[in-house]
Amino acid sequence: MVPLEWYIALSTVIFVIGVIGFLVRRNIIIMLISVELMLNAVNLSLIAFSHYLQDLKGQILVIFVITVAAAEAAIGLAILVSLFRNKAVVHTDKITEMKG
Amino acid sequence: MLPQLFFGYFAIVTIVLSIVIITRKNPVHSVLWMLVLFFHIAAIYLFLNAEFIAAVQIILYAGAILVLFLFVIMMLNLKEELSSERFIGEWPIGIALGLSMLLFIFFAIVKLVPGPLGKYTIELVQKETHTKAIGKVLYTEYILPFEVASLILLIAIVGAIVLAKKRT
Repeated sequence: MVPLEWYIALSTVIFVIGVIGFLVRRNIIIMLISVELMLNAVNLSLIAFSHYLQDLKGQILVIFVITVAAAEAAIGLAILVSLFRNKAVVHTDKITEMKG
Repeated sequence: MLPQLFFGYFAIVTIVLSIVIITRKNPVHSVLWMLVLFFHIAAIYLFLNAEFIAAVQIILYAGAILVLFLFVIMMLNLKEELSSERFIGEWPIGIALGLSMLLFIFFAIVKLVPGPLGKYTIELVQKETHTKAIGKVLYTEYILPFEVASLILLIAIVGAIVLAKKRT
């Protein structure tokens, strides 16, 4: 039997890799992929808890997380398409209109 | 011994694949490696007795979201993308922030105390079949969140069309 802590540690490592990818890459597509990576890491920990605590609520929550991930990918990619139509760049450094 | 070996294989492969995904220069390669990663994560779900979620993972993530990513990448012309710098100038700060976060969460995991056990034991779920058990909980106890999820999908459809439509 694999202990619960191993799954949580694996999920943490994948989540942190997603965070690092979001912080260090300049390409917006890769940043969106990193967000998907983080959502998958959370799903993994939810299912591990659901199995070890013998409760199905974690898996229900995973279904909702997948729904939100699909909606987020659709909206994010639509924003990306309209951004590319206006500016023809996908680099975050070159999008500086709002001086943020 | 065998479960630990399985878990070790899948853990190492998922971690290596995630690092590969965030370091590729070409986004198409990233998305294709992501496909392999999703299959491995689905295998971990099977290992945790969550067949339905594993199927949904493959159908929705590998079948829908990754295809959406590939479509958009192929619509955009990313020629000059391949010859430019792939990381931001301040990348050591990003890695340091990520590693400090890892440290914090590991300190929290060490102190983890699991809560009380629920009533859905493995034998009960196997007797009732997994999809039926999930469906019973989803359509009785969580019916309102389920309806809200359908609204979220509707907003995603309308929002994507409005955002990506050409201004006339």
